[in-house]
Amino acid sequence: MELFIQLTLTGLTNGAILSLAALGFVLIYKSSDVINFAQGEFLLVGAYITYALIVQFGLAWPLGMALTLAAAVGVGVLVERFVLRPMIGEPIISVIMVTIGLSSLLRAIVSTIWGTLPRSFPAFIPSQPVRILGATVGADRLWAIAIAVIMLGLFTVFFRRSREGIAMRAVADDQQAALSMGISVKKIFAWAWSIAAATAAIAGALVANIVGVSGELSGFGLHVFPVVILGGLDSIPGAIIGGVIIGLLQTYTGGYIGQGLNQVIPFVVLILILMIRPYGLFGQEIIERV
Amino acid sequence: MLSLNNVEVIYNDVILVLKGMSMEVPQGKIVGLLGSNGAGKSTTLKAISGLLKPENGEVTDGNIQFDGQEIHNRDAADIVRLGIMQVMEGRRVFEHLTVEENLAAGGYTRRDSSNLGRDVEMVYDYFPRLKERRRQTAGYLSGGEQQMLAIGRALMARPKLMMLDEPSLGLAPLLVREIFNIIKRINQEQGATILLVEQNANLTLSVADYAYIMENGRIVLDGYPEDLRQNADVREFYLGLTEVGQRKSYRDVKHYKRRKRWLS
Repeated sequence: MELFIQLTLTGLTNGAILSLAALGFVLIYKSSDVINFAQGEFLLVGAYITYALIVQFGLAWPLGMALTLAAAVGVGVLVERFVLRPMIGEPIISVIMVTIGLSSLLRAIVSTIWGTLPRSFPAFIPSQPVRILGATVGADRLWAIAIAVIMLGLFTVFFRRSREGIAMRAVADDQQAALSMGISVKKIFAWAWSIAAATAAIAGALVANIVGVSGELSGFGLHVFPVVILGGLDSIPGAIIGGVIIGLLQTYTGGYIGQGLNQVIPFVVLILILMIRPYGLFGQEIIERV
Repeated sequence: MLSLNNVEVIYNDVILVLKGMSMEVPQGKIVGLLGSNGAGKSTTLKAISGLLKPENGEVTDGNIQFDGQEIHNRDAADIVRLGIMQVMEGRRVFEHLTVEENLAAGGYTRRDSSNLGRDVEMVYDYFPRLKERRRQTAGYLSGGEQQMLAIGRALMARPKLMMLDEPSLGLAPLLVREIFNIIKRINQEQGATILLVEQNANLTLSVADYAYIMENGRIVLDGYPEDLRQNADVREFYLGLTEVGQRKSYRDVKHYKRRKRWLS
């Protein structure tokens, strides 16, 4: 029982972080139909910027996180302006190839600045062990869950209520009709990319705080794919639930069956989902009026 | 209020669609723009509302003026802010958004967000059926309800000039009547100027204050509805009426000649 609770809590942490990373991915896909293969690298960049600010420059962590967010938004805007905008009107496959190139570029920039050796991240979030129902978990994991839940809640409200959120969903539905409402599609794309970079940066900082920073972090980003395929590429609730399911599945297989298999299981799920329900659990089916 | 002078539009740098199009839309009136498929009606609207760019089109000659400002080749968002709203052909509601969210998207450019709630009520007043369906996903509305939503959504921007592209498309005749009556009411009660693009000549001539007829990228005929109704060409080609008692072979020759004159 203790093991079960332990694994559940660990799984929820991973799941919450995965959901955050997946949220940005879904956002970009929703508003611009682009599959962003650089989402894992956004996470990596976010983690290293947090590392640089908090560890290398010794800033207080709230300030460091705020600056990281600002930097991530900057990265998002730059990417949109100089990488994606020239690609408007090009076939979608070319745009996807560009994001693959972007992922290599970002990884190379990170390893040029910080090298390839993994570094430990002195925990900036309190990590004393906490006992829950007999299991012991680090407080940092609980913090990670709390932060992820708050962020996801904020975004859900943003998309349902705010003017910009509704505009983003309108652009996702019908770009030309959105243009005719006076919604600036360029601005909406910039929003989508900066929110994606920002949420990925938070996710990156949270992972780095638990496992340290290294190039491996972009591999964590790779797990975003099973999450979004499971949840549905264009569904925000799907990203959240998909993240939690994949996170739990990973730790359960790791704990009960064996380490190693937990790296494989998300991708097994990915293949199964693609065969059974290609639009995912909550993906939008095309509305057809009969 | 709106005037087009000798406007020329080219798609993809080669396809000349508007060949010197000129028309006037005076303040507070309903102006009809009639024409067959491919005459350039929709292109005219897109040239005005700035939606040519995503389709690789461009105004290459002439100018479009709105309230004394030149607006051709400006950004669509700027043009909406000036008070021109287009209801696109084929309704184009945001399918995955609810009725209410669609209306909110229509009010995107509004600065006075505090009045939005009142305007939503105004739209429901014109289209009570939308109120019943306010929380429903727009994609599942019927065709008529979607057209109402498209018009209501445009109304949310409180436009000075509303341009409707074939609001009768694919709707039952009774519904078309209802929608045209509401368009007339909007014109009278909100003081919105309306530019109505249609293929349904009879209905358009019944609500419009003035009408233009387009062929092949330019205006070939214009006038007050009562005058146009008397015009032999309009009667034959747009209203489907022919003079009885004439010899068929003779009329066919005439038909050909008339067509020819229009196309030149």
